[in-house]
Amino acid sequence: MSTRQRVYLDHAATSPLRPEARAAVLDALERFGNPSSVHAEGRAARAVVERARTVIARAIGAERLGELVFTSGATEANATILASSDGAVLASAVEHPSILARPGVETLPVDEAGRLALDALEARLARGDVSLVALMLGNNETGVIQPVAEAAALVHAAGARLHVDAVQALGRITVDVAALGCDSLAASAHKLGGPKGSGALWLRDPEAVPPLLGGGGQEGRKRAGTENTSGIAGFAAAAAASEPPADRLAAMRLELEAGIRGIAADAVVIAEGAPRLPHIAAVALPGVPAATQVMALDLAGVAVSAGAACSSGKVARSHVLDAMGIPAALADGTIRVSLGWSTEIADIARFLDAWSELARRRPRAAA
Amino acid sequence: MARITAESLALEPGARVVVAMSGGVDSAVTAALLHEAGLDVVGITLQLYDHGAATAKKGACCAGQDIKDARNVADAIGIPHYVLDFEARFKAAVIDDFAASYAHGRTPIPCVRCNQKIKFTDLLEVARDLGAAALATGHYARRVGGATGAELWRAVDAGKDQSYFLFATTPSQLDFVRFPLGGLDKEATRREAQRLALPVAAKPESQDICFVPEGHYSRIVGKLEPKAMRKGAILHVDGRKLGEHAGIGHYTVGQRRGLGVAAAERLYVIGLDAEAAEVRVGPRRAGLVGTVELEDANRLGDWPLGRELAIKHRYNEPAVPGVVELAHGNTATVAFKASQSGVAPGQAAVVYDGERVLGGGWIRRAVPASSSLDSTAA
Repeated sequence: MSTRQRVYLDHAATSPLRPEARAAVLDALERFGNPSSVHAEGRAARAVVERARTVIARAIGAERLGELVFTSGATEANATILASSDGAVLASAVEHPSILARPGVETLPVDEAGRLALDALEARLARGDVSLVALMLGNNETGVIQPVAEAAALVHAAGARLHVDAVQALGRITVDVAALGCDSLAASAHKLGGPKGSGALWLRDPEAVPPLLGGGGQEGRKRAGTENTSGIAGFAAAAAASEPPADRLAAMRLELEAGIRGIAADAVVIAEGAPRLPHIAAVALPGVPAATQVMALDLAGVAVSAGAACSSGKVARSHVLDAMGIPAALADGTIRVSLGWSTEIADIARFLDAWSELARRRPRAAA
Repeated sequence: MARITAESLALEPGARVVVAMSGGVDSAVTAALLHEAGLDVVGITLQLYDHGAATAKKGACCAGQDIKDARNVADAIGIPHYVLDFEARFKAAVIDDFAASYAHGRTPIPCVRCNQKIKFTDLLEVARDLGAAALATGHYARRVGGATGAELWRAVDAGKDQSYFLFATTPSQLDFVRFPLGGLDKEATRREAQRLALPVAAKPESQDICFVPEGHYSRIVGKLEPKAMRKGAILHVDGRKLGEHAGIGHYTVGQRRGLGVAAAERLYVIGLDAEAAEVRVGPRRAGLVGTVELEDANRLGDWPLGRELAIKHRYNEPAVPGVVELAHGNTATVAFKASQSGVAPGQAAVVYDGERVLGGGWIRRAVPASSSLDSTAA
């Protein structure tokens, strides 16, 4: 294998640990007390957790609004909200599997840019039986930003609640729960350069959501179990270091997209004209299966991903691109390139080098 | 044992080689030995069928144990490893063909189809796309450089020889593939697995068809081809009705056990009539075959007409003397020197000239040795 430095462009899957987060994790590991204990050791750990809560609440504009509950990640946060519903649950067809895999969730169509069809939402809400709608802020495969505030108005007019999965958006664009008008929001540490196994659920009205895990009275009785103090501290440090706007990422992504078009005239940036998160580009190279692209790039030292990977590493067909009506010939050649805090402009050049090799090797080169 | 080197495989030092890793010990040793030989080895495992659905285990992941084993082996060797989803292609090219064959009274060889339609076509293409110089598998066969290009030879270990399953490999495919284990015997492979401390060193060999766990193939045939499970008559070749059967999909030509009829003489399946849903049984001599007609033949070199060659018409039986009577395009007629039993349409007849595999074809029709006895062997 190459001894050259690897180029990591899969931040939408996970980001390398930020130095700030690493320091915070190590520091918190030394504060071994149980945050629920009354003694000095417990109080020291409690202080870590509460300071982190303030930092993350501030990062989502919820410093004086609702309640922030720490969880094991966004999947748990999403599951907690889904379990709290006592009526029909709607979700956009491009939501994360942790939303869509729940039995009984009804999907709402998106337009060809990948944005929720608000008229479909309105029509479905009119039936009066909906209690919860889940809509992600920014999509994890395409980066497309959803019309959350508009959806929130419709959802509230129908007496339902809106849950927002902000995993990809947090730290990349401004996330403000007041402006979004959502009732709950899920976030995850490791997508920002925090540690894995650490996430949060913000609740506008904590009383409306029973705990998923019962037992001890931790987290305002919203999530039993001794707090993951170090994970929480790392989350806060990563969030504090990820202040948007991420203009730097947006500039590099533009460079990447321009480079791609320069290499292959028939290459396509998925949902190029839609409002998108600054760090994700879904790029299609017709004629080269996405799995082949990912393997070839990996062997060339560049890490990207394709579709959604199952635990075996097998690449499954993307439900997101399907929902957008992207033709199979294009979807099959689509990879996701995602940037993050450690990405530098030289990485983009290295990616384009390796990617141009793929384009060149195509049986029917477009050049 | 001969050392495996880049040179011995006709590859440049450090060349990239994709190894098809099944999760078994043979392909694991292949990958490890090539890595040891300084080649740039990339392991690829094909996800061919939904393991959870095949074993009907609730909650089983899409990845079976074999994929996990392959991944662990690659990790232990220190090579990159990828899993590719070939489920749809495998279903269309191998599983559907398998079921359709039974429905038509033929006895399929899915492993040949898989090599022919999946490994040496699609996977080979992936290997080329990854810039590999070769695709290596853990098959026991030899690829020998000849005057007019690569030749396919039997493995050194006759007991392990898998060249029968490779007969459909085309010359251009053979040019790109490598079988590094062809010079080893199975014991040597096990020893190498232990020396290299591979996690699958003690893994038992799989005898099943991969997508048919525990050999219950009739379930999958019935699901895909319900007409293969139409009830019908079991007839003796002399015309007597001996009983009923639950579908010709349960039978293969040459089968002796589990016929479900009682008779004084030892009976074999002589023929399967898909249209009439009839199973014909009779004494061994009634099923003797003198000549086979082949279709979709693949030729790896010239087939000398009239010269005595060795013909293998069933994997688990040795090759027997025979001659090629006719070879035209991708059809051929092969005559056995001595009449053969258990010749089943759908199986392959593979032509050997000594150690060398000249190719082979699919048995379209088995012509009875004596037409006075019966003419239903087709």
